[in-house]
Amino acid sequence: MPTGAKSFSVSGYGPDRAGMWHRITARDSVMRRLDWPLLLSSLMLSFIGALLVWSATRNRTELNQGDPYYFLFRHALNSGIGVALMIATVWLGHRTLRGAVPVLYGISVVLVLLVLTPLGATINGAHAWIVISGGFSLQPSEFVKITIILGMAMLLAARVDAGDHPYPDHRVVAKSLGLAAIPMAIVMLMPDLGSVMVMAVIVLGVLLASGASNRWVLGLLGAGVLGAVLVAVLGLLDEYQINRFAAFANPELDPAGVGYNTNQARIAIGSGGLLGTGLFKGSQTTGQFVPEQQTDFVFTVAGEELGFVGAGFILFLLGVVLWRACRIARETTELYGTIVAAGIIAWFAFQSFENIGMTLGIMPVAGLPLPFVSYGGSSMFAVWVAIGLLQSIRVQKPITA
Amino acid sequence: MSNIPETGRTPRVQIRLVIIQVLVFSLLFTLGGRLWYLQIRNGDEFTDEAKSNHVQRVVQPAVRGSILDSRGVPLADNETRLVVSASRTELMKMKDDGKAVLTRLAGVLGMTPKEVMDKVRLCNNETPQPCWNGSPYQPIPVTDEATTQQALQIRERAEDFPGITAEPTAVRRYPAPVKANTAQVLGYLSPVTDEEIEKAKDGDSPFLRSDQVGRSGLERTYDQELRGKAGVTSYEVDKLGRVMGQTQAEPARPGSNVITSIDAQVQRVAEYELNEAMKTARKETDKVTGRKYEADSGAVVVLESKTGRVVAMASNPTYDPNAWVGGISGKDYAKLTGDGSNYPLLNRAIQGQAAPGSIFKVVSASAAVRAGYDFDGSYNCSSSYSLGGQVFRNFESRGYGPISLGRALEVSCNTVFYALGHKEWQRDGGNKPKKNPGDWFYKTAHDFGLGAKTGVDLPNEVSGRIPDRQWKKDFWKANKDIWCKTGKKDGSYAEKIAYENCLEGNRLKAGDSINYAIGQGDILVTPLQMAVIYSSISNGGTLYDPTVGKAVISADGKHIKEIKPKSHGKLPIDAETVGKLDKALRSVVESGTASWRFQGWPQDKIPMHAKTGTAQVYGKQTTSWFATYTDDYTIVMTISQGGTGSGASGPAVRNIYEAMYGLDDEGNQDLSKALLPKPRTALPKIQPDGTIDAPKVRPYEPEKAENAEQPEDAEQPEDADGEEQQPDAPDAEPDTGEQDPGDDLLAGPPGRRQP
Repeated sequence: MPTGAKSFSVSGYGPDRAGMWHRITARDSVMRRLDWPLLLSSLMLSFIGALLVWSATRNRTELNQGDPYYFLFRHALNSGIGVALMIATVWLGHRTLRGAVPVLYGISVVLVLLVLTPLGATINGAHAWIVISGGFSLQPSEFVKITIILGMAMLLAARVDAGDHPYPDHRVVAKSLGLAAIPMAIVMLMPDLGSVMVMAVIVLGVLLASGASNRWVLGLLGAGVLGAVLVAVLGLLDEYQINRFAAFANPELDPAGVGYNTNQARIAIGSGGLLGTGLFKGSQTTGQFVPEQQTDFVFTVAGEELGFVGAGFILFLLGVVLWRACRIARETTELYGTIVAAGIIAWFAFQSFENIGMTLGIMPVAGLPLPFVSYGGSSMFAVWVAIGLLQSIRVQKPITA
Repeated sequence: MSNIPETGRTPRVQIRLVIIQVLVFSLLFTLGGRLWYLQIRNGDEFTDEAKSNHVQRVVQPAVRGSILDSRGVPLADNETRLVVSASRTELMKMKDDGKAVLTRLAGVLGMTPKEVMDKVRLCNNETPQPCWNGSPYQPIPVTDEATTQQALQIRERAEDFPGITAEPTAVRRYPAPVKANTAQVLGYLSPVTDEEIEKAKDGDSPFLRSDQVGRSGLERTYDQELRGKAGVTSYEVDKLGRVMGQTQAEPARPGSNVITSIDAQVQRVAEYELNEAMKTARKETDKVTGRKYEADSGAVVVLESKTGRVVAMASNPTYDPNAWVGGISGKDYAKLTGDGSNYPLLNRAIQGQAAPGSIFKVVSASAAVRAGYDFDGSYNCSSSYSLGGQVFRNFESRGYGPISLGRALEVSCNTVFYALGHKEWQRDGGNKPKKNPGDWFYKTAHDFGLGAKTGVDLPNEVSGRIPDRQWKKDFWKANKDIWCKTGKKDGSYAEKIAYENCLEGNRLKAGDSINYAIGQGDILVTPLQMAVIYSSISNGGTLYDPTVGKAVISADGKHIKEIKPKSHGKLPIDAETVGKLDKALRSVVESGTASWRFQGWPQDKIPMHAKTGTAQVYGKQTTSWFATYTDDYTIVMTISQGGTGSGASGPAVRNIYEAMYGLDDEGNQDLSKALLPKPRTALPKIQPDGTIDAPKVRPYEPEKAENAEQPEDAEQPEDADGEEQQPDAPDAEPDTGEQDPGDDLLAGPPGRRQP
């Protein structure tokens, strides 16, 4: 994964290295301008995530290759790389990256296409991976989320930031939607519906923040609802598919599959109580009753072992991240920055809600990681790049008062 | 940079950003609320679920306690056997439902495949025995008699026998010391059923799948004590069943041992003598029916008079309780419960009911005293008693003239009691009963404990019945439809009876009271009820709950719970009357109906009391009753279709006494030969490690037949006239079935006493 990440961030299209270096070091105020609550919350979430992943994988000998610290180490490494990517992003600056967006977009589309070739691999039932070599694998759809945000922002904000129009016109909106639709369609083919869902919400968030006409927003929402109704009415789904979907609410519908997962997840979280059983002491966690507990169901570890207080703290930290992101979105002067921030908000908010919601049994089960907390390199890199973008937007906005 | 237009801050964008922010935080609050709901509001429920999720219980069965006789001789214990079991759940996973495996197994065990498969099938309404009555999840024993060779074959070729185990297991054993089989008293075990597990789930002593449960006898009464508690180790396991840690371990607590008041040697004597008496009776010809006596069943009870403890309790026919061990075979089951089996599982001492005949007269005499008649008064013992056109006879057509109640008991004069019963009936209003009739004869029977369970510590005791007014009403209500349908005024005897019953079967009639006064008619008692009554006369009036269990001793010997004798009341008569009854019963032996059976008895050293009884049963031969007691013991014996009281049961009862007291026929006592000259109060010796000393017991050697030919003994005494007639004496045929002979109507020849 690091290789993939490197190819992602180390771009030949960046501005002159020496010049950038000079510019950053010359500004002794960069550190002061960073959004520290955002950064600290993100770091805290990654740290808690490391503990939870460690607790969940300590005993899973068939996963951790006999080394209880395997996942702890890898999670810490991923976080470290993520932080480095963030720093790099801040150094480069979102405006600099703006020029590189077409190339980044092109690369990410190629990468998702590769998943559909024999290079692609199925891991945990999702055909969403590229196996690179030596046990490293990459989930390109995570990076597509970023490039969709950047690409749409670039298109939508171009004329507005140039001062030509107050809001993006219909042609631009249609173009930006087309730009988003291409990788989404490819991801849909994998199929990785969870990611497509997140991307759809990102598109909505981006459109909202871009100031595009209400007709587009409402039209998109309407199309989504219409599509869902049509699928239901025309009976395009088999009953077992519907049952699997609905099993989050009624585990009886799919007792061996999704129902089992949600039921065990709910037991794990419910048994935590106020203060939890203590880290490493949860019976559901040590007993490995919850599947995918280091990735999709990592929140159950927090629920069981850290209790309402610990799990609530994670919600609080996510809240801080989103609050700071919203502030950044509102305070930046450029529409480009606003759109990027809003896209990131939509991404983080929906993905967190879906991930935690499914462990709590109020959302259908989908294979989505919890930002910062879940184990997984691609996801970790992507969210830290996103934090880097947010920090860059904040750092590069004119200092107000 | 400040010259860049603030394109990101147009009002439309700002408003939309606020909307996004509101949406985002409402999502987060939704999550927070749901988290609170799951963890705080319903947290306990999930905590329980999590607990049951990851705990596996491993059960170590407890060794069942032994049942010992009063000296510590085991009547029921355990032995280690190689048990081959099949796991149904494993077999059912196979394509052919395990047929191939079971066929191979049958080959190794030398059984037919069908036998093996029958053992493994589950019982339901249609499945005949053998079938498996326990839980389908529990390994089903195929045989408990596997040889080491067979077990080794099965274990070495484990891949050929999936789901089959061969393991040494503690199995119940009924060793029958000195051939005392004690079957009905001990009872038997069978596997626990699903319903029982469900029912006992939340109790103090929940069942385990592998448990065997006492189904009858002492095994059932003391099941909880004997069973002990299986050791349960709870392991925390993960999803794959791998053990992560041990949460709690409750070590197995072996079952307690139960000391009984049974004396194995006396029990053996009782069983042997009962069986011999029945065999002898079958050789005698019944003068009424002209057939040999059937002697189809019988029972004998030996009680300690002063405590109500059961020293011996035998029921015939009997069976071998070992047949139940490890699952009963179909053939054995049919033999024990089938129509032709004569039901050897029944404990006739507590489950056999019959009219008591003349041994009931102690109750009648007491009732008369309570009703105001003087015990020592003068009552006319006429040769017969007439009621309307019906004649109730004294059978020998012989009267003794005016005699006391004591003498009436001694010579078993029916007419005295006929008259008393009839008079009382009249006093209560006759056919138009008073509002509050005295009903002394019925009330007294109830007060003597008849019509109710004695409270013996054995399951399924029956209560017998006292045919009082209430019973008559209830019985008529239940049967009037059939009676009225089948009854004919001029039909056969049975039809006539039905006709009469249909008309007025709900009323207590004069004939009913007259018959009832001598223990005939609809009255039913159990041998144990009569034993309790006679022991209470012996001990001065206390009705004890008979007990078989004497103490429960924990396996380590540290906790001893003695089962103290408990009484369920006093006789409803004063001490003086008890004394008079006692005296009368003593004279029955010295000069009354039983005297010819107690020739040479050392009456001065060991005063013997007795009452004979011969009860008529419609359509059957007479029931022999013999109730006796000394200061220490009470023995009641009954033989169904066995003839007269003293005739059929007398010698057997005397032999039991002689064995217990160490007497020979001449009445010389040899204490070294005495099995139990005094009731045993001490418990057997318990070693520090909890084991209980079992003394050597010697088998019972009855005097051989050649000694039995004693033509010179047992001359029938002159004063024992009355009903004890020589066989050639004219026998009275009862006029109707309603009429009943007194006791000893058909006494066997006196010279034929069995040793």
